Amino acid sequence: MEVTLNKNIESLPYLDNVKLRTRMANLYYNKFQALRNVTLEIPSHAITAIIGPSGCGKSSLLRLFNRMNDLIPNTRVTGDIELDGKNIYEKSIDVVDLRKRVGMVFQKPNPFPMSIYDNIVFGPKQHGRTNRNELNKIVENVLRKSALWDEVKDKLEQSALALSGGQQQRLCIARVLAVEPEVILMDEPCSALDPVATLKIEDLMRTLREIYTIVIVTHNMQQAARVSDMAAFMMMAGDRAGELVEYGHTSQIFTNPRDKRTEDYITGRFG
Amino acid sequence: MEIRADFHKRLHNIKDDVLVLGSMSGKAILNSIDALRNRNLELAKQVIEGDHIINQKRFEIEEKCIQLIATQQPMASDLRMIVSVLNIGTELERIGDYALGISRVVIMIGDEPPLKPLIDIPRMAEKTIDMLRRSLDAFINQDVEGAREISAEDDSVDNLYDQIYRELLTFMIEDPKTITRATRLMWVAHNLERAADRVTNICERVVFVITGKMEEIGASKY
Repeated sequence: MEVTLNKNIESLPYLDNVKLRTRMANLYYNKFQALRNVTLEIPSHAITAIIGPSGCGKSSLLRLFNRMNDLIPNTRVTGDIELDGKNIYEKSIDVVDLRKRVGMVFQKPNPFPMSIYDNIVFGPKQHGRTNRNELNKIVENVLRKSALWDEVKDKLEQSALALSGGQQQRLCIARVLAVEPEVILMDEPCSALDPVATLKIEDLMRTLREIYTIVIVTHNMQQAARVSDMAAFMMMAGDRAGELVEYGHTSQIFTNPRDKRTEDYITGRFG
Repeated sequence: MEIRADFHKRLHNIKDDVLVLGSMSGKAILNSIDALRNRNLELAKQVIEGDHIINQKRFEIEEKCIQLIATQQPMASDLRMIVSVLNIGTELERIGDYALGISRVVIMIGDEPPLKPLIDIPRMAEKTIDMLRRSLDAFINQDVEGAREISAEDDSVDNLYDQIYRELLTFMIEDPKTITRATRLMWVAHNLERAADRVTNICERVVFVITGKMEEIGASKY
């Protein structure tokens, strides 16, 4: 295996509240290498955006953090990926418990074909919570947190599929919150939504970051600039995917990137 | 492949507009000093009347910048360029105002007999215009070292200002009847000194576009 030191190790921003960390992380799908020596630290109670062109490995990196890549056959991971300083790829790790701590929201809203209420209590029930009063409280609490309560409080028994796209996505976020995660991974959470629904989700993210650690993959650079505190730029050069080019505070990345490749990408000088 | 060709073309056109504005302001300074030297009141009036064209050009540049910010969401060096253009536009427009100020003084002086042959004031104007022209070259060529050098040259304008001040003060002390005429020339010199300071501000913006750092370079002693 080719080993090159990631030059970004030297220039990582100083963070004193690291929630997630990768060190020299490599990911292979069969022989294809999707991530190359990625080293970065993601702070807690902040929004970290991963940006870059299609196929550069953004989603692969995101899916490392809750081991979603495990579901793809012939996947191999090397390097350290840590949550609160503990390697999540160790054998002793319970993946179900990990995914409870590290929730995920996907590109397309994917509510279960059941009522709004049942969508939310599904997770808590799986984790053994059955007390109706307790479940009611969870439903109200997470619907309020996801800014959906006022819109659905009178129709909790209606099918979630009847909600609008933006409401469905906020329901999916509420569903993640219901299992009390610490980290929320968002993979293009707004790409299927209209602009107003997108702004609502962004507002919601800014509120949620007070309590959770959020990592978002987005193609929309303006969205990354608007919502995130930290930004990581990945790219692919030729057939080499999965290189982390630059990582820093969002204010720096979008006003004064250090690497010319970041500059060229975010100013649209190459696509 | 460049994928924002139209955006970058529009940004390029705005930079051309800055050059045009710079040339207008420089010409106004030049004309105001020519008007002073030759007692050409007609030329002084032209500078005064032409000031609103300079102001309009500045507003036009601002409007184009605002449109680009609103519609193109510029990032990184493009964003720094647009913000700097907004600042440089203001500086250039102010330089035009100094030309206006000088021209008003020329009209006040009218056909009063000259206090002394004008030597240092035209020299100050030449230096200021030279600095202005080169600062815009540095802006277009993204020449950070050039910008720093020009900024340092503001000291020579300040020194000329000192010299003019001392000389005029001597006139006033020796013969109080010269106070009005000497004070008017002081105003002219002061306008030029301020114009040169504006050039150093332009240079600071050039440095910012290139390095992303806001730094004060060559702070004027006035």
